[in-house]
Amino acid sequence: MPDQLIFAMEVTVNGLLNGVMYALVALGFVLIFKASGIFNYAQGVMALFAAMTLVGIQDGRVPFGHLINEIFGTDIHYFGWEVPAILAILLTVVVMIAFAWFVQRFIFRYLVGQEPIILFMATIGLAYFLEGVSDLMWGSEIRNLDVGLPQGINDAIDRATFDIFGYGFFIDNLDIAAAIIAAILVAGLIAYSQYTKNGRAMRAVADDHQAALSVGISLNYVWILVWSLAGIVALVAGIMWGAKSGVQFSLSLIALKALPVLMLGGFTSIPGAIVGGLIIGVGEALFEFSIGPLIGGATENWFAYVLALVFLVFRPQGLFGEKIIERV
Amino acid sequence: MKDLSQDGYTTEDGRKIGGVVMEMRNITLRFGGVVAIKDISFDIREGEIRAIIGPNGAGKSSMLNVISGFYHPQEGEVWYRGERRKPMKPYQVARQGIARTFQNIALFDGMSVLDNIMTGRINQMSASFFDQAFWWGKAQREEVENREKAEEIIDFLEIQHIRKTPVGRLPYGLKKRVELARALVAEPSILLLDEPMAGMNVEEKEDMSRFILDVNDEFGTTTVLIEHDMGVVMDLSDRVVVMDYGQKIGDGTPDEVRNNPQVIDAYLGVSHD
Repeated sequence: MPDQLIFAMEVTVNGLLNGVMYALVALGFVLIFKASGIFNYAQGVMALFAAMTLVGIQDGRVPFGHLINEIFGTDIHYFGWEVPAILAILLTVVVMIAFAWFVQRFIFRYLVGQEPIILFMATIGLAYFLEGVSDLMWGSEIRNLDVGLPQGINDAIDRATFDIFGYGFFIDNLDIAAAIIAAILVAGLIAYSQYTKNGRAMRAVADDHQAALSVGISLNYVWILVWSLAGIVALVAGIMWGAKSGVQFSLSLIALKALPVLMLGGFTSIPGAIVGGLIIGVGEALFEFSIGPLIGGATENWFAYVLALVFLVFRPQGLFGEKIIERV
Repeated sequence: MKDLSQDGYTTEDGRKIGGVVMEMRNITLRFGGVVAIKDISFDIREGEIRAIIGPNGAGKSSMLNVISGFYHPQEGEVWYRGERRKPMKPYQVARQGIARTFQNIALFDGMSVLDNIMTGRINQMSASFFDQAFWWGKAQREEVENREKAEEIIDFLEIQHIRKTPVGRLPYGLKKRVELARALVAEPSILLLDEPMAGMNVEEKEDMSRFILDVNDEFGTTTVLIEHDMGVVMDLSDRVVVMDYGQKIGDGTPDEVRNNPQVIDAYLGVSHD
C-alpha cells in the first residue's frame, strides 16, 4: 500500500475523532434551538464556565476568592481540600442546572414571543456576562484539567497498524475516550427524548407551544430542562477540550467551530449535528493533508466555513433539517 | 333550600346527566377597548354535550379560551367542581382534567400519530426524573399503561392505519380526528372542542358527529363544543348557549333555542321593530 494512502487513513481517523468533539459542541446549540428557537451564542462560554467550575471545585478553590479578599482584606484562596473528580463533576452539573434556572427566570421568561434576533442578541449579552462571572468566580489563568481520562498514544492501535501497514498510527487515547463518551451521551439524549415523559414534553414544545400547553406541559419547566441539558453537554465538551488543551479563554471559541457543523447538519437535528461534525472533522483533516501543503497550510481555520457555504447554496436547511416548503 | 344544580336527569335516549360540574359566572372579557364577552353566565353538567353557538365573531372561541385558561377574564368567576378557580395557566387547567382541541388544529406535526396521542398522557405520568432517565421501574410500567390507553383510543376513533404516520402528512379531516384522540386519551373530565367540524366536507362532518356522540356515550365524557353551523349542533347537543356580539341571547335545549326569537334574529338578521 502506498505511503500516502496509509497517512491519509491515519488523518481520516483523527479527523473523525475531532469531528466527534465538534458534534458535541453543536449538539448543545441544537438542543436549545429546537425547543425554544433561541440560537444560543453563549454555548461556547458555557463550556468554558463549566470547565472552570469543575477545575475550581476539584482544586478546592474559593469561588469569588479575589473579590472576597479585596472587600474584606483577607487572603484566602483555597479551602484546603481536594474534591474527587466524580463528585466535582456532579457538583458542576448542579451549578449548570442552577445557571439554567437563572437564565430562564431572569432573562428568557421576559422575552417569550420576541423576534429571533432579539433572543439572539440576549444570548450575546449572556455570553459576555457569563464570561465575566467565570473570571470573577475562578480567575482567568490557564488551568490544567485532569479528571482521570487516559492520555497519550494508544499502544494497541500503534502496534496493530504497525503489523498491518508497517507504520504505526498515532491515535490519542484522549480522543478515543472523548469519542466513546460523546457517543454514549448522544445515545442517551436520543433515548431520553424519544421514550420519557420529559423527552416527549421537550419534543412537544419544540413542535407547537399552544398544543403543548393544552396537554398540560409547562413551557417554563421544559425550557429550564433544555438549558440544563445544554449546560451538561457544555460541561462534557468543556472537559474534553479542557483536558486536551487546558482550560482557558480560547475554549469559548469552540462555539465558532460548531457553526459550520450546524449549517451542514441543520439547526434542528441531533443526528445532523453528529454527521455534520464528522464530515467537518474528516473534511478539514483530509483537506489540510492533501491540499494544505500546496497553499501554505493552516486551512483548518477556514475550510469548514467554505464547506458549509457550499452546502448552504444547495441545501439551505442542512443535511437533516426539515425541508423548507413554501406554499403559495 | 334544595340545591337544584346537583340534580341529575336521564335523557330520552337513556344517558345519565349529572349535576353541575362547571359554572361560568358573569364573565366579561375585554381586549383593550373591545368587549369580546359581556357578562355571560352558564353552567355545564356532568356527562352532557353542551354547545356554544353563534355567528362568526360572537365570542365563542374566546369563551372556550377562558375555560381552558388561555384568556383571563377581567370580571367574573369560573367555578369548577364546587370551587372557585384561581387564575390559571393553560397547562394547569389541562392538569385539572380539562382537555381541548383547537379551531386551527394544534398538533405536533413532526411526530407520528401515536406519539402525538401519547403526549396527551403526559399528565398521567409521575415517575421520578431518575426513573425516567434510566428507564426504570415506574417509568417503564407507566409507559406500558399509557400505550394501552392510547391504543384503545386509536381503535375507538378508527385511526389504526395511520398510527405511525407523521401528522404533518395527514389530510385535514384525519388531523382533526387525531387531535380529538390526543384530548380523549387524557381521560378528561371536560372535553372542549373548538369547531370540530370546521372546514370539513359532509361525509367528514357525519363521521365527526358520530365520534362525538360515541365518545359521550361510551366514556360519559362531558363535552363542550363550539360550532357556527346550527344544523349540526341541534342534532348533537343536550343544551345550547347562543352568543351574539359577545352577549348571551339564548340558553336551553335545542328546541327551546330554535324557537327563541332573538336567536332567529341573530341567524337570519330579521328585525322586529
